[in-house]
Amino acid sequence: MSEALHDVQAPMGPQASALFDLWTIMLIVCALVFVLVMTALILALWRARRGGRGGSLATLPDMARHPRRDSAVRRAVGWATAVSTVMLVGLLFASFLTDRAIARLPLDDAVQIELVAHQFWWEARYDVHDPKLAFFTANELHVPVGRPVLVTLRADDVIHSFWVPSLHGKKDLIPGRVSTFAFRADKSGVYRGQCAEFCGYQHAHMTLFVFADDPADYERWSAAQRDPAVEPTNPVERRGRDLVVGTTCGLCHAIGGTNAQGRRAPDLTHIASRTTIGAGTVANSESSLADWVADPQRLKPGVNMPPHDYNAEDLAAIGAYLASLK
Amino acid sequence: MTTRDDALPATEVGRVDDGAAPRRSSRPKLRDGTDDPRVLKSLEATWTDDRKLIAWLCTNDHKTIGRRIIVTALGFFAAAGVMGGLMRHQLATPNSTLVGPDFYNQLFSMHGTTMMFLFAVPVMQGFALYLVPLMVGTRNTAFPRMSACAYWLYLFGGLLLFGAFATNTGADAGWFSYVPLSGPQYGIGKRPDFWNMLVTYSEATGLMLAVDIATTILKMRAPGMSLRRMPLFAWASLVTSIMIIFAMPMVMLGANLVQFDRMVGTHFFNPAEGGDPLLWQHIFWFFGHPEVYFIFVPALGFISAIIPTFARRPMFGYDAVVLSLIATGFLSFGLWVHHMFATNVPELGKSFFTAMSFMIAIPTALQIFCWIATLWTGRIVIRTPLLFVLGFFFILMIGGLTGIMLGSVPLDLQVHDTFFVVAHLHYVLIGGAVFPMFAAIYYWFPKITGRMLSERLGRWHFWLFFIGMNTTFFPMHILGLHGMTRRVYTYGPETGWSMLNMTATIGQVINDLSMFLFVLNIGWNFFRGERAGDNPWSAPTLEWSVSSPPPPYNFAALPVVSALYPLWAPKRPPTHVRGLSAQIREGLATTVLDAKPDVRYAYPSPTIWPFLAAVGVSIWLVWSIWSVPGFAWGLIAPTIAFIGWYWPSKREALEELEWEKEP
Repeated sequence: MSEALHDVQAPMGPQASALFDLWTIMLIVCALVFVLVMTALILALWRARRGGRGGSLATLPDMARHPRRDSAVRRAVGWATAVSTVMLVGLLFASFLTDRAIARLPLDDAVQIELVAHQFWWEARYDVHDPKLAFFTANELHVPVGRPVLVTLRADDVIHSFWVPSLHGKKDLIPGRVSTFAFRADKSGVYRGQCAEFCGYQHAHMTLFVFADDPADYERWSAAQRDPAVEPTNPVERRGRDLVVGTTCGLCHAIGGTNAQGRRAPDLTHIASRTTIGAGTVANSESSLADWVADPQRLKPGVNMPPHDYNAEDLAAIGAYLASLK
Repeated sequence: MTTRDDALPATEVGRVDDGAAPRRSSRPKLRDGTDDPRVLKSLEATWTDDRKLIAWLCTNDHKTIGRRIIVTALGFFAAAGVMGGLMRHQLATPNSTLVGPDFYNQLFSMHGTTMMFLFAVPVMQGFALYLVPLMVGTRNTAFPRMSACAYWLYLFGGLLLFGAFATNTGADAGWFSYVPLSGPQYGIGKRPDFWNMLVTYSEATGLMLAVDIATTILKMRAPGMSLRRMPLFAWASLVTSIMIIFAMPMVMLGANLVQFDRMVGTHFFNPAEGGDPLLWQHIFWFFGHPEVYFIFVPALGFISAIIPTFARRPMFGYDAVVLSLIATGFLSFGLWVHHMFATNVPELGKSFFTAMSFMIAIPTALQIFCWIATLWTGRIVIRTPLLFVLGFFFILMIGGLTGIMLGSVPLDLQVHDTFFVVAHLHYVLIGGAVFPMFAAIYYWFPKITGRMLSERLGRWHFWLFFIGMNTTFFPMHILGLHGMTRRVYTYGPETGWSMLNMTATIGQVINDLSMFLFVLNIGWNFFRGERAGDNPWSAPTLEWSVSSPPPPYNFAALPVVSALYPLWAPKRPPTHVRGLSAQIREGLATTVLDAKPDVRYAYPSPTIWPFLAAVGVSIWLVWSIWSVPGFAWGLIAPTIAFIGWYWPSKREALEELEWEKEP
């Protein structure tokens, strides 16, 4: 997903924009302060050494000389401190106002997603409030452009953090605590996010893509996601289905419309509609799916899936079946 | 009153005794404060440790212990630096396979833990232990045996952590060791147990040294050194020590709660049984944020000691600087939630912590202005220590300003847990602690060893480190904004982070080179350096009034202080104390505010017990990593050691009693 955006300085939603504005203000003010203080320091060095006024370690300083000459400097230090304080209060208000602005996203007609973080993948449950509309997916969110999204965040094992820099700041997912998080994407595109709180072995490979689709595209996508898995159309795929459903895969994974109903691992009902596998670890293809099933530890060491001792023919069949699950 | 050669009178502590009166003791009593060579010889004999191995383990000389802490901490600094270098090489290119995820996670956890617990805090306390008694004019610290024990605990704790790392049991849950990742369910093997024990070790060390340093500063200053005549480094050490006393027990408690969860199945942090993982974050950061200031405040003290010397004038705004140090100490306890802005603690509460985080910038800004004012009105001599101080200004300013950005709740949500924070914290800690520490090493090395460091190598070291440090860490700000999260062992080429990471790694190589020059400078000049003399910088504070290196008894006669900068001010009588014993280790305690002579007392003599106590405590702590009964049975060893430690010595008691019954 090389085209996926992940940049604080390229905001694609109202909240990321407000945060970017605050960033710009802070950057300008801080840069100004830095330049002023460094100028004062350089002037001080230049002043104290010009015209042979540089000191010597051989002579003791004249202790009587200083108190009288300090009053102008004392005023300057007083002013500098006062100006710094006023500037900090100004920045504090800018911060408060931004905080308020990002909290005031209108939530009418929001898309509701429950996002559960696992070591090391993301489980997304859409519209769980209505069993007829509910569906499950993993590691890739689709959201409609211009509509707010209300995400309920949970963690299954350790602490994770949800962060899509082009859309909004972070929110931690903490076991035993449920938090909510709202954002809106105003431009269509693919936005990359990554777990931001260290969560163990494969923290580095816990990517989440957010696809901001046009509303019509989103409706098409969500309707397709609600369908059960497609039936295999040829003998190879059928053999693959029998292996997946008939062996241990279903203990952890679910495939809608089959007996595989495990909920410990990503839902595979429409795995072929996703762009990557292993939470952004490798691109999704028939061969990478087969490779993954054979030995996930080679592609993503530490992932919670064991290797499988299928022969090459079986692996190809499993790959073909999974790749057919559009 | 008696007089010395310089015709300035001394203040008298004991009643005058000309040594002629008959007494029970067979040898004549010698008192300090006279120029009698017999007295100096006797002081030397009383305070010098034997050259035997056992004496090496027994010593409780603050200079020896301070030196050991500094050297050990620099050793850990080097080890953690190598780990940092390995991480940088791993991240130099995308999808690198130099180290795997498991080892990388151990590397960054060990790097952070070592830098914070085994390098930065101890090195500052080591400097304080070495310098404070010399600066305030006393012969040893208040509780020298406790400091001796603290050093051994520190060493054993560090060796334990590195021993665990060498056997693939290194901490791997980060230096913050968040539960549940470090808890019973997700913390692999014994890794978090070793981390918890290291915390207990290093916090015990920190507390013991802090109590010792604070007591020395408050009760053992030379007569006349009222609080307003106290060197700023002593003020900084006092503030730091008091902060440590309040903050460190918190993380010891926290680490022990995690250990209870892991060892005996309590549920402090288990949400399924009503515990809460956030509790750990509150406990940890309530300690963890002040900890940053344990490192930063002593560094401010270094700077306030070095700038007046090289600006050839007294510090501008002494009172303002003292008040700023104290304000920093207080405010640092009100910031901890800014590490937790991404959690769901109440929003209104977070805003309070934003305000506090902004407020703590004010005392630091005031100090920076005071230093600039001192330089502005001074007559500057540029030497390597001052160069490092100037580097501090540049780097710390950047770190402080990005700190303000991180203190803002909304902005923090974007940059928290990214490489922006990595950049920020390295700017703050390298600028705010490592540069001042190098300044302090260049400044006090002549005092500690009696030899000068090379100016030329010092300048090369400074410029290479300055350039390397900025090349390494400045690009990380941008990486953070481009979405690179912290603590990732690798990244894909599609992220576009390769270029900046490569730049950072090149900077790391420059840093390595600068450290090589530093080691060369120290190694060569330790043996071959030019002799320093008592006061090579013509500096104003008391440590420069004694020989370099200082004699074992520090001062042949305790000084009497009549000015903030005693070596720059004209001498006023009385100049020194006389009448303390030269035959037992005797000291003078003074009052807290005005430093008026209060009581005479005897320092404890060197003994093996602090070392044995540290061994005993280690047996207990290490045993309790593996076994719950070990937690109880292991206590036998430290109990024996502490009983031995406190067992009164009849000989010593009689000797001191004899000195009390005068004449």
